[in-house]
Amino acid sequence: MNTRLLWIAFVTIVVKEIRRFTRIWVQTLLPPAITMTLYFIIFGNLIGSRIGEMGGFDYMEYIVPGLIMMSVITNSYGNVVSSFFGTKFQRNIEELLVSPVPDWIILAGYVIGGASRGLMVGFIVTLLSLFFTDLQIHHLFITITVVILTAILFSLGGFINAVYARTFDDIAIVPTFILTPLTYLGGVFYSIQLLPSFWQGVSQLNPILYMVNSFRYGILGVSDIDIGFAFAMIIGFIVLLGSYALHLLKTGKGIRE
Amino acid sequence: MTTALSIQDLRKVYGNGFEALKGISLEVQQGDFFALLGPNGAGKSTTLGIVSSLVNKSSGKVSVFGHDIDTQLAQAKQCLGVVPQEFNFNPFEKVLDIVVTQAGYYGIARAQATERAERYLRKLGLWDKRNERARMLSGGMKRRLMIARALVHEPRLLILDEPTAGVDIELRRSMWDFLTEINAAGTTIILTTHYLEEAESLCRNIAIIDHGTIIQNTNMKALLQKLDTETFILDIKDDFAELPLLEGYVIRSRDAHTLEVDVPKAQGLNGLFQHLATQGLEVTSMRNKSNRLEELFVSLVDKNLNQENA
Repeated sequence: MNTRLLWIAFVTIVVKEIRRFTRIWVQTLLPPAITMTLYFIIFGNLIGSRIGEMGGFDYMEYIVPGLIMMSVITNSYGNVVSSFFGTKFQRNIEELLVSPVPDWIILAGYVIGGASRGLMVGFIVTLLSLFFTDLQIHHLFITITVVILTAILFSLGGFINAVYARTFDDIAIVPTFILTPLTYLGGVFYSIQLLPSFWQGVSQLNPILYMVNSFRYGILGVSDIDIGFAFAMIIGFIVLLGSYALHLLKTGKGIRE
Repeated sequence: MTTALSIQDLRKVYGNGFEALKGISLEVQQGDFFALLGPNGAGKSTTLGIVSSLVNKSSGKVSVFGHDIDTQLAQAKQCLGVVPQEFNFNPFEKVLDIVVTQAGYYGIARAQATERAERYLRKLGLWDKRNERARMLSGGMKRRLMIARALVHEPRLLILDEPTAGVDIELRRSMWDFLTEINAAGTTIILTTHYLEEAESLCRNIAIIDHGTIIQNTNMKALLQKLDTETFILDIKDDFAELPLLEGYVIRSRDAHTLEVDVPKAQGLNGLFQHLATQGLEVTSMRNKSNRLEELFVSLVDKNLNQENA
């Protein structure tokens, strides 16, 4: 396929994916908006006013970047894992497999579709946060780059999960038992400087800590970790998971007999 | 003549050790209407699955219009349209969207895709349903939707895996007309079906596959000529008291006015009618007990089974 045909195929997959999650917006866009509004009210306003400052900012300001990032991570992952597994389950993945679309376009289409939902939810949560705090962006380039890269990374994670999943339970295990605990322990609600040094060291093994802190640095200008290292790590993980996802598609794991 | 599909020594062993294909070779020429028949589990769907990239082969060569699927997969796929046995579209999508999206996978721009989708949905009587979710369609409509989807990129080779399963006879015949029309327009068609009447009336060439091997691969007419005896059912005007004696024919009675006669090809039907007339029996109607291809198919598969058991 030449470049023009590849582009049409790519846009077709992305549009199909975006139409899927916007068609069922009550299931995909509304719940994170409600959940995050509750976080803003309960943790930011009610409890946050008693906590005082965190990292030199009032608590509401401090948690907003983390909550936006949490929404982006869970929705990027959730979109691809449920969409690609659904496609496998209903066997309409065969529509793609019989067509001349190369594997990397299939992967790119699903990942950009998932990232689109993550970023759309992130944007909605950002708008909602404006009702609770004045958001000043300290470094626009870092803010936008890190949120896009994170959405891509977790979309890739969702894709790999979907390839391996055989039942609907399999697509819930990783988000429930791995992603949610890592996100909550990834510095969304607190600075790791508050932890004893041993637990600070343990926290630094959590990749989500680097994404949350890079994003917080972009917005507030404060971070618990080195931004350069965080970027290198996110890009490294994207290359690693992207290569692995392509390998799975090439060998037909879970999708070809 | 161009070869539309070439399969050489194709083997497939599944992960559980089951050998679905034991080195089959097959050629389908451009413009052909080809039947690939076989009992359930014979290897038909595995063969077509490998050709359409849904199943990984263990060994062997497959090429579509000269494009080897190992080295020129995209070009091979571009020539191929597939109508699978099971419904495999997203039931929550609209009919038109399913067809237009499929065109997009082949790099067809949306405006042209919509135009082609309209053409094929109209031809297959689905245009009025274009804005319905696919799950709301009847079984026959779902089958036609899969045909429209497979044709939207105008493939040179169309593979139909039991396209008329569960479709009523009227609709089946209209689908036959449609398939004959697109075949006449130049599309090569490979058909698998359990309706042998369908294969006999549509297809020019045939392969029969059983237990992963091709047991017959020939011209349809040549195959039917191998049938040396046909069984006919005869309705007799008046009840006969006892079974008439017809020399050279094996005869059975179904009831007091229906006969079942095995007619050897060498004897022909004229002799049978003369015998009946001399005994005062008037035939009011006559039909084959079963489809001719069905009789051959059963005998070939039974013969193959006996050879394997031996």
